[in-house]
Amino acid sequence: MSGKATLLDFTGKTADPALAICQKHGNRSDALLEILHDLQHEQGHVPEASLPVIAKALNLSRAEVYGVATFYHDFHFKPKAAHVIKICRAEACQSMGARELQAMAEKFLKVKLGETTADRQITLEATYCLGLCASSPAIMVDERPVARVDAKTFKAIVAGLK
Amino acid sequence: MSMKIFIPRDSAATAVGADEVARAIAQEAAAQKLSVQIIRNSSRGMFWLEPFVEVETPQGRVGYGPVSEKDVKALFKARFHEGKPHKLSVGLVEELPYLKNQERLTFARAGLTDPLSIDDYRAHGGYEGLAKALTLAGSAIVTEVTDSGLRGRGGAGFPTGLKWKTVHDARADQKYVCCNADEGDSGTFADRMVMEGDPFMLIEGMTIAALASGATKGFVYIRSEYPAAIATMKQAIIIAEAAGFLGQNIQGTDRSFRLEVRRGAGAYICGEETAMLESLEGKRGMVRAKPPIPALQGLFGKPTVINNVLSFAAVPFILAKGAATYKNYGMGRSHGTLPFQLAGNIKRGGLVEKAFGVTLGELVNDFGGGTASGKKVRAMQIGGPLGAYVPAAQLGMPMDYETFAANGAMVGHGGIVVFDSNVDMAAQARFAMEFCAIESCGKCTPCRIGSTRGMEVIDRITANEEREANLTLLEDLCQTMTDGSLCAMGGLTPMPVMSALKHFPEDFGAKKPRMKMAAE
Ligand SMILES: Cc1cc2nc3c(=O)[nH]c(=O)nc-3n(C[C@H](O)[C@H](O)[C@H](O)COP(=O)(O)O)c2cc1C
Ligand code: SF4
Repeated sequence: MSGKATLLDFTGKTADPALAICQKHGNRSDALLEILHDLQHEQGHVPEASLPVIAKALNLSRAEVYGVATFYHDFHFKPKAAHVIKICRAEACQSMGARELQAMAEKFLKVKLGETTADRQITLEATYCLGLCASSPAIMVDERPVARVDAKTFKAIVAGLK
Repeated sequence: MSMKIFIPRDSAATAVGADEVARAIAQEAAAQKLSVQIIRNSSRGMFWLEPFVEVETPQGRVGYGPVSEKDVKALFKARFHEGKPHKLSVGLVEELPYLKNQERLTFARAGLTDPLSIDDYRAHGGYEGLAKALTLAGSAIVTEVTDSGLRGRGGAGFPTGLKWKTVHDARADQKYVCCNADEGDSGTFADRMVMEGDPFMLIEGMTIAALASGATKGFVYIRSEYPAAIATMKQAIIIAEAAGFLGQNIQGTDRSFRLEVRRGAGAYICGEETAMLESLEGKRGMVRAKPPIPALQGLFGKPTVINNVLSFAAVPFILAKGAATYKNYGMGRSHGTLPFQLAGNIKRGGLVEKAFGVTLGELVNDFGGGTASGKKVRAMQIGGPLGAYVPAAQLGMPMDYETFAANGAMVGHGGIVVFDSNVDMAAQARFAMEFCAIESCGKCTPCRIGSTRGMEVIDRITANEEREANLTLLEDLCQTMTDGSLCAMGGLTPMPVMSALKHFPEDFGAKKPRMKMAAE
């Protein structure tokens, strides 16, 4: 009875992946954001089916868990592309051409912010400040920050992801 | 003896290739059978030079930057590892005016140490403040912090000692210390640098706050946009516990303090302290009405010290060197130093810690070297997205909470974002409204709805549709947001909007005064 795949609940179905994560956090309701982060990291998104499971484990209402999952920009119910590129849209990056960088990226990838490329390789998103404000414009490639980005480096990064 | 080469591990260095440079240097050294020790230090905060490689020599450290992977072979050929000249050399690092002219009390160790070496930390004055605090009663620690004149570095400038006293005096079975490391303001990165570069300093400051207030449990709330800071803080907590500086029976005393890192989830409003508390409780980041103040009813309803990273980080120095030493820096009621952050379109962007009273012009021109583009400085946004746009005409203003307030601006968290003559100030004003619409917690109508209306009105003004009526409408709307918002998100968004309109009316389609004169 070890490992996520073999953990059984009373109905005999495979247990929801959220259960083990809740347990790891001691089923503490104050750890809800941590739980959602871990779940999303593991599954690539927050499966909606996990929300009632989390609610039960943490002794919260479904509405409370749903409310939290939808309040924060980070959490998403649908899977994203293999890679996520976030472009900083905040003021320091604006002063160094972030608007132009965004327009270039949208044209190059043929998507708007918030969309995924046709080959499902890259989701393009906005972010607001990566703390690299003296090396603008900056982007986040998956979990890796990249600064002083221009069209050339952006295209090289995209090529490196594919 | 092996040579010591320092390459920062700060995100602002790795984001421009520091890891690749470190790898290339290690490989080349191995190929040449040179014995080198590569230390991934913290950043000096001179970001235009990153990746900034330093080499230890008998005269002191010699720096090279910005170094790219493809420079490495040539650097070895020039014998940079012995501190020899090369076109990327900046000479002796400590002699650089950018560093020499600063007053680094909080950032004293920046660039010197390995962030996760607690021995390094202690060798450079670390944990002297805690040692002192452990000999004092809580009330005596509070007095020391009060006497230093330290005011909250998160933006509002509230006296830190007063806050700590309230928590100290409160009677409760449990108290908390929470660090606000949400650093959402564009143009700021000092909190990030502390967490990535000198994490034990933050832990020490929070531990002193716990001793002062009687708290036994603490949280560091770090925004998810800072993965490296999160990882470093988590590691540092484990190391500090193992070394007996944190956790049960600190340094063999009967005092205990446990510390946990919690991640934010991409909501700017969670930097507002009560929204942060809600978030720490696992809830939506909705702002709470005050009173009750968090110092009395904070996390889980218990008395809670909440401070910004830089507020906590200033405390070890204050305890170690004495309140008077800290208070001697500064001007008026702004005591001590502020780590200013030069950002945006600036030639030499980075961290400049100076006593309050330094002028905006000294920071932007003398340290910063003007714009990166070489064009004229036109505007600066100071104090984050809720801060005013200040025109170049005000470069003479001293950095001081009261002077800024008197001029309709704010120092905030000390971030200065520079814009050159290309900037469209109407677009900046519109963005301030857009940002408010995106990040509003939704509790107050003026903030939630007013921000979207604000964007529309600005669009109509710049399109010259019923100009006068819409200008009046914008002013009314801003007044409503100022008066009718529970927190500074809705309450201060009018600041960047109205300051842009006031100082740069020509960008909003107003006839330029110059053109008027020509017509006369
Ligand atoms: C919208 C909004 C965002 C804020 N963001 C931050 C932040 O990112 N970091 C911070 O320390 N304070 C932030 N504050 C200020 C906090 O509410 C609070 O004043 C501060 O954390 C208190 O710590 P201090 O006294 O050490 O400054 C924000 C306030 C508002 C209204
Ligand atoms: S002003 Fe805006 S962010 Fe602040 S409480 Fe009201 S709705 Fe929420």
